[in-house]
Amino acid sequence: MPDLVIRNLHATIADTDTEILKGIDLEMSRGEIHAIMGPNGSGKSTLSHVLMGHPGYEVTAGEVLFMGEDLLDMAADERSRAGLFLSFQYPFAVPGVTVANFIRMAVNAHRKGGPDGADDPIRIPEFRKQLQEAMELLEIDKSMSSRSLNDGFSGGEKKRFEILQMAMLKPKIAILDETDSGLDIDALRIVSGGINALVGDDMGALIITHYQRILDHVKPDRIHVLMDGRIVRSGGPELAHELEASGYAGIAEEVSA
Amino acid sequence: MGSIETPDVGLGDYKWGFHDEENPVIKTERGLDEDIIRQISAHKGEPQWMLDFRLESYEIFKSKPMPNWGADLTGIDFDEIYYYLKPAEANARSWDDVPETIKNTFERLGIPEAERKFLAGVGAQYESEVIYHSLKTELEDQGVLFLDTDQALLQHEDLFREHWATIIPPADNKFAALNSAVWSGGSFIYVPPGVRIEQPLQAYFRINAQNMGQFERTLIIVDEGAYVHYVEGCTAPTYSSDSLHSAVVEILVKKGGRCRYTTIQNWSNNVYNLVTKRAVAEEDATMEWVDGNLGSKVTMKYPAVILKGERAHGEILSIAFAGEGQHQDAGGKVTHVAPNTTSVITSKSISKDGGRSSYRGLLRVNKDAEESKSKVVCDALIIDPESRTDTYPYINIAADQVDIGHEATVSKLGEEQIYYLMSRGLSEAEASALIVAGFIEPITKELPLEYAVELNRLIQLQMEGSVG
Ligand SMILES: Nc1ncnc2c1ncn2[C@@H]1O[C@H](COP(=O)(O)OP(=O)(O)OP(=O)(O)O)[C@@H](O)[C@H]1O
Ligand SMILES: [Mg+2]
Repeated sequence: MPDLVIRNLHATIADTDTEILKGIDLEMSRGEIHAIMGPNGSGKSTLSHVLMGHPGYEVTAGEVLFMGEDLLDMAADERSRAGLFLSFQYPFAVPGVTVANFIRMAVNAHRKGGPDGADDPIRIPEFRKQLQEAMELLEIDKSMSSRSLNDGFSGGEKKRFEILQMAMLKPKIAILDETDSGLDIDALRIVSGGINALVGDDMGALIITHYQRILDHVKPDRIHVLMDGRIVRSGGPELAHELEASGYAGIAEEVSA
Repeated sequence: MGSIETPDVGLGDYKWGFHDEENPVIKTERGLDEDIIRQISAHKGEPQWMLDFRLESYEIFKSKPMPNWGADLTGIDFDEIYYYLKPAEANARSWDDVPETIKNTFERLGIPEAERKFLAGVGAQYESEVIYHSLKTELEDQGVLFLDTDQALLQHEDLFREHWATIIPPADNKFAALNSAVWSGGSFIYVPPGVRIEQPLQAYFRINAQNMGQFERTLIIVDEGAYVHYVEGCTAPTYSSDSLHSAVVEILVKKGGRCRYTTIQNWSNNVYNLVTKRAVAEEDATMEWVDGNLGSKVTMKYPAVILKGERAHGEILSIAFAGEGQHQDAGGKVTHVAPNTTSVITSKSISKDGGRSSYRGLLRVNKDAEESKSKVVCDALIIDPESRTDTYPYINIAADQVDIGHEATVSKLGEEQIYYLMSRGLSEAEASALIVAGFIEPITKELPLEYAVELNRLIQLQMEGSVG
């Protein structure tokens, strides 16, 4: 069975009848790169949050299996510890908590998930070394690690730090929600390089994007088009070029035809 | 396992709520009259002028009405309180002389540990008397005085009398008058000109007897160009009826001197904590109050600085945490008297489980205090919709050419922010405790490391109460 299996997923905004996801089906595994494209407001971020466990949405039908387990049964922190990661389109600031301290807490929370649930905090020199390596990979200036997380960060900096957290937490499946938006040309190359270095036998990525650009660097195996809460088409990498050329209107016509 | 090791207690189970059997040598009757004041004074063997001062203060106390602003004080019954209690015969000089039951209390509070680690001097107030006090000889050699206030009166009467009640006279307010009438214990510090004490001086306060009022009185004199950092932590055990803590702290920082006074108070939930703290900073002097208020039923506390000399600087950093049934009415007061004086007030409050925190600040710039600068920042964090926060900033400016800034923010602990941290693997409780720790970081970073750790741990315990 694939690592991530989404079947007929329906979700509403919590405490309302407004349905945003209207039956999503998708399967993927480690080692694979999938891309989701789709117009503004089609439900891409909602899908990523429903998978991660955002309290503001309610699943009304369908199921999600992650590493064979019922993902929807878990709280967000359990999903993270099980190996799911979301790079937020709009990361939150945590004033007064440094990047380094925050990531260390997150790493330790993941290490706690051993069979007996015992604390096994990472030794500080080891942590420093890993953090430094990851920061070098993403060409992040060392001094940034002592700043408050996302507090006053530029849009591009925030995205880079999302990927830094991903590099440190080593998830099995990472959802990257518009990680490329807001990155300058060099940053896009650097961040893509980071993603490529991490994707492999141990990690797969689900990349939500509006642009072909990132897909030139990070080569997707599959592309899915999300419109109005449904995946209306899936295909190989060539689908992205088709979209780039003719926009979503063509597909919309096709679908409604 | 002692009660100190219960990891997931809320504030309801006060962590340090153990108490020793009371075995006081002297305990006055409940309530207050002239006779009790005479007993206290006689017991201490005080000079006549102090008895007279106490009796006059008592008259002022009786004549002043209860404050009708701030927090609700109607629960205080002055007739139910014991005003004086002396736990041990002598004032012990070394750890070996401290009685066993009292030692047990200190052990549980980690005092000897703290002393071993880095303290230059420890004065620990146990009920009304300082019973344990040590001071490194090097400080004594430099002429530093650090002893309990009762002893200071007897041993250094002239220096004592010169400064006593000059900054906070008994008529200042009803509770200052009460303290002046029945005061007992507290710390007396004198730092001679040019002496800089690099390690913080520490004292530990604790209320033990039920309905025992604690009326300590602290007087600190920092002479010209001298420096001291005084740190005081407080914790009180839980009792079913209300206790009153009403301290007075007076500080004089002379020309070019600097004093920092750090308090972390964690009273149990039935204590009325009504403290008057005021410092005078002379020319080029700096006074800094760092004030953390946790626990208690009601706290009313507004550390004050009077910037009396040119270029004097005053700084007040305060944190308040109001939990269920608690009202923290805290803030600061600064009076700019001389030109070119500067001040900063930073206040952070957290309200949870229906708790209420208020910032009350007074900034006054007198007519002569031209070219003065002041900045007030108060931030409130509300954990749940039942809780409440208010700000009462009073600003009164009579001088020209001043630069005054005031910022206030109120934020709510956001579900989405918690979700963001949970998506990185932190539990809900860890996530909210981390957000709160980050919120108060501007204050904790100013604390000695052990206090910062302790404060974060206390707040974490309180956060765990309702989440998850
Ligand atoms: N909490 C919410 N409250 C109200 N509307 C919401 C909420 N969450 C999502 N929506 C609505 O659901 C739709 C899908 O939003 P979503 O953020 O998933 O879109 P998206 O595909 O990520 O768009 P974009 O490309 O602009 O990022 C939008 O119409 C949005 O306004
Ligand atoms: Mg989106």
